[in-house]
Amino acid sequence: MNKLNFLQPDKNNLYTYLYTGVILIALSIFIVFLNSFFNKDIISFLPGSISFFLPIILGFIGLHLIRIDYSGLKFLDSINKNINTNNFNAFLSLLIVFVVIKSLPPLLSWFIIDANIAGDSKDVCTGSGACWTYIKIWFNRFMYGMYPNAEQWRINLSFIALAFLGCIGFFATEKFKKYLTLYYVVVYPIIAFFFIFFFISGGPIFFDFSYGIIAAVISIIIGFFIPSKFKMYYFIIVPITLYILLKYVFFYEELIELGKLEALEWVETGAWGGLSLTFIVSFFCLIFCFPIGLFLSLGRRSDFPIIKYFSIGMIEFWRGVPLITVLFMSSVMFPMFLPEDMFIDKLVRVIIAISLFEAAYVAEVIRGGLQALPRGQYDAAKSLGMGYWKMHILVILPQALKLVIPGIANTFLALVKDTPLIFVVGLLEIVGMLNLAKTNPEWLGFAMEGYVFASVLFFIICYAMSKYSYNLEQKYKTER
Amino acid sequence: MNIKKILPQLLTLLVVILVFGFFSYNAQINMENRGITFGYGFLSQESSFDVQFSLIEYDGSHSYFRAYLVGLLNTILVSVIGIIFATIIGVVVGIARLSNNYLINRTAAVYVEFFRNIPLLLQIFFWYFAALRALPLPQDTEPMFGVFFLTIKGFFVPAFVWNNLDVFIYSIIAAIISIIFIRIYAKKKQENEGIQTPVLSISIGLLLILPILSFLFGGVDASVEIPVIKQLSQSGFTFEGGIKLPPELISLALALSLYTATFIAECVRAGVQGVSKGQKEAAASIGLTPNQVLKLVIMPQALRIIIPPTTNQYLNLTKNSSLAAAIAYPDLVLVFAGTALMQTGRAIEIVSITMLTYLSLSISISIFMNWYNKKIAIKEK
Repeated sequence: MNKLNFLQPDKNNLYTYLYTGVILIALSIFIVFLNSFFNKDIISFLPGSISFFLPIILGFIGLHLIRIDYSGLKFLDSINKNINTNNFNAFLSLLIVFVVIKSLPPLLSWFIIDANIAGDSKDVCTGSGACWTYIKIWFNRFMYGMYPNAEQWRINLSFIALAFLGCIGFFATEKFKKYLTLYYVVVYPIIAFFFIFFFISGGPIFFDFSYGIIAAVISIIIGFFIPSKFKMYYFIIVPITLYILLKYVFFYEELIELGKLEALEWVETGAWGGLSLTFIVSFFCLIFCFPIGLFLSLGRRSDFPIIKYFSIGMIEFWRGVPLITVLFMSSVMFPMFLPEDMFIDKLVRVIIAISLFEAAYVAEVIRGGLQALPRGQYDAAKSLGMGYWKMHILVILPQALKLVIPGIANTFLALVKDTPLIFVVGLLEIVGMLNLAKTNPEWLGFAMEGYVFASVLFFIICYAMSKYSYNLEQKYKTER
Repeated sequence: MNIKKILPQLLTLLVVILVFGFFSYNAQINMENRGITFGYGFLSQESSFDVQFSLIEYDGSHSYFRAYLVGLLNTILVSVIGIIFATIIGVVVGIARLSNNYLINRTAAVYVEFFRNIPLLLQIFFWYFAALRALPLPQDTEPMFGVFFLTIKGFFVPAFVWNNLDVFIYSIIAAIISIIFIRIYAKKKQENEGIQTPVLSISIGLLLILPILSFLFGGVDASVEIPVIKQLSQSGFTFEGGIKLPPELISLALALSLYTATFIAECVRAGVQGVSKGQKEAAASIGLTPNQVLKLVIMPQALRIIIPPTTNQYLNLTKNSSLAAAIAYPDLVLVFAGTALMQTGRAIEIVSITMLTYLSLSISISIFMNWYNKKIAIKEK
């Protein structure tokens, strides 16, 4: 039966069609290319609408001519399979290619060719492109907020130290692998807390930080000689005891003297800001919201009615309100609930608010994982004589958490993306700093550059996080 | 045995009661010191502040309750606009993600990855402070299609001037109700006699004919009012007539719909991919046409997967619309938890009302979703 095959190649006359088609496509792309990069319209002799549509018509005919089911030419087949399966697809592909070619020159000129980065004042930005000088001058502020310039090494040092301590898990030998969970759940957050709150804020309480570090080091050294049976309790009790001893008994007098002589300058949390504050807030909320969410999700599945309904109430309440009202609550309503002489730092209030908020989402995600486990797992654990906690820690949670890695990663991503909202209470992380810099009378009119800069930063952070979570997911994937 | 069960519960209860008691005791003392008494009576007082953009008539002489309504309506307006556009963009991008055309597929993927990895607040700021500020002044604006004016001061669109609008609305409601009845009847008929009724064409016909009848016999009359440029001062121009959509609303709706669309696109993709290939093949093998396969086999199953997470995204969009406060779009949070709170100083009452509003919205939607999920769940034997 003769199929109507209008202007379609077959095996015999393939090359005739192929050459004609390729020439037509090349011509159409060439016209658009000249038009957008060199601003030359070589088909301007044609009437208006035809010269506008000509490239797409030429390209369309070209793609139509080279469409063949199977030609044996690898390149042609892959083009036909991927972008040229039918007329509609061919049209859309051409449209995308043309739009990309058309939008490249303005983008390139804005980002690179007409942009300025030299100099250190607004006057150098005369071109029509972006003014990266603005970013360069304000870079410090965007990264550290109002933190004094001379003290910024403290933030850098803390982040480097925390990143290093966080990487320990990758280098741990088999012998220490079993302590890693303990390390990441208990020891690491405490060290991080010391660094952020005592090292970055500085002041007299810096010595608390040194006590903490000394206590931690001594307890780790002693820890090697303790039988492993008691290690769990040991690592919780001994550092705290040592810390209290150091603080109140041993070096008290001497260090008071030292504190008078020389201490790190006190920087109040109101002056923190920029990208470093984004990291600090996300980091702490991340650490806090996970255990809270875990307990809420266990509570929601508990047999005890009071605990169950309390958990349900907490979860549904935090999930039902927008974060901005939670922050409003923490800034204007929460102080009303405290005694008049009691004052909680703004940053701490924000961290508590965001942690509780995100904990509710984490709880729902984990509950999904718990529900996905077959009943047999619970029954098997119970039949081995395990109690509630033993069953959950050894059998249920390792499996459930593995299942919900993508969900938890999404919640954490949402957390990082929610941090700019802390502008509500007057803390300025990077987006807040951008808005502040934008209104500076000497640097008016560079809003675009700032937002593009922040978008790129956030994109890199969030994209890296999502790729990492995808890798984790693949790594822990088990066939059921 | 029993002690082990009761003790943790009692402890939890005790802690909760203690914390609440501590908070309310302090709140009482604090409010006494500031000379405010707890109560919602202030809602009927005169508000004496103005709102820039409102759907209902409002000025300083109205009550705080009316200010609350203005904020609530503005929140609903931006959420509805956002939901409509997010759904359209999301479905298109989600389908594009499934396309076998490499270029379309990649373009959609780039869009999704890009827009969902940038904080929503940053996107709102970008549209409001950077992109929309680059628009021309009213006097330099070229009209789109002769009637739309996109300027730095907002988007001016023609307005309809209605006579007897209520009759027109009644006619549409009547059409919808009769369509519902026809659908029920058609379903019954098909179940009993196996005869299909052309429901779709009847519905479209009803939706067209009843409003036209209302124009012909109901005394309904509509005319279009096109915005006209008007000089205020030497260099100040504005448009008169028509509807003005403020730039805050536009940038908020744009950011919300572009951001939420990425999530909806992923829901759509997951839903269509979730229908197993065997279903399609089985449907084709019993002789259904490709359109019928899509309509009768793929979509009903895909929708079951798509709708619950998409509703969640709608809810998120509504909650995210509270970011309006950052660019001074007068939504519930800005009008009520911002301006009204500053004026009255009644933090507890106002924040609690605001939270309860959002909470009741979320809980009612999640109750509806639970009901819906139960209804559409596959009944396994």
